[in-house]
Amino acid sequence: MDPTPLKIGTQAFRSRLFVGTGKYASFEAMRNCLEASGCEVVTVAIRRERLIDSQNRNLLDYIDTKRYTILPNTAGCFNAEDAVRVARLGRDILEQLENPGAQWVKLEVLNDKKTLLPEPIGTLQATETLIKDGFNVLVYTSDDPPTARRLKEAGAASVMPAGSPIGSGQGILNPNNLRILLEMLKDGDPEYPVIIDAGVGTASDVTIAMELGADGVLLNTGIALANEPVSMAQAMRRAIEAGYLAFRAGRIPKKLYATASSPLDGAV
Amino acid sequence: MISMRIEINGEDLQLDEPATVATLIRKRSPRPPFAVEVNKRLVRRPEYTTQKLNDGDRVEIVTLVGGG
Repeated sequence: MDPTPLKIGTQAFRSRLFVGTGKYASFEAMRNCLEASGCEVVTVAIRRERLIDSQNRNLLDYIDTKRYTILPNTAGCFNAEDAVRVARLGRDILEQLENPGAQWVKLEVLNDKKTLLPEPIGTLQATETLIKDGFNVLVYTSDDPPTARRLKEAGAASVMPAGSPIGSGQGILNPNNLRILLEMLKDGDPEYPVIIDAGVGTASDVTIAMELGADGVLLNTGIALANEPVSMAQAMRRAIEAGYLAFRAGRIPKKLYATASSPLDGAV
Repeated sequence: MISMRIEINGEDLQLDEPATVATLIRKRSPRPPFAVEVNKRLVRRPEYTTQKLNDGDRVEIVTLVGGG
């Protein structure tokens, strides 16, 4: 279906959908949703070790680490220093798993717990530090084009602008900003990967992101908290393919007045 | 006999003999994979037996959990 793989750093993926592993009703539900979504990259968080769950299970019992590239995030970090610490902890864990995600981090430096909006100065500082430390940084940011440009120039492997606030389900709130952002980052560098991260509520949001020319979409809550998460995962899989194909096919221009599809000549 | 207090994952822990990160991991036996930090510095696996713990040290043992 998709002959062009998505390339990020040294890795290439057939699926352009990245799916998070949080908020599912059960580990089984998560596993089934990842499968149904067709994703090849899954995000995880780093947290204090607890004594597993009551049935002695943990997340990794339900993620095939040979199949999925694990993208560790720095969610919950509100300054550059903490985000760098968490990225290093994640790398240490993924190296033990021999997972290709060991060199990756989904960098989030957030402003506050209420908005979870990205804090641009700390985000840029952490990006610079982690790149010097050898990471491939996939960086979460707002839809502000100049901030995205600075992050790309700092060496981010991918810039990941939000469609709307994390977990809000509001979809793509400012398509004009994303258009400008994509134009800016892809100017003279059309393969540079831009992934829309956060805010997706339903399948059409994914399609809209891809129709704008994004290279992929990262989402979690939209699947995990749907009434039927596996069905939503299937919908997201189709939505990303639909949007990808539609963008490449090239849409017709919008016009104010009608243009008949059937010949006007010969009408009785 | 020495006595020291450290903090591990935000909880106080009293230790009555000299300890390294390796000692602490044997006591607590976290399920692999995990990573360890002492006073905000990553301690890599080869350092577990040599990284001594001192009074007031803050230790974090972390693992992967679900997240977006």
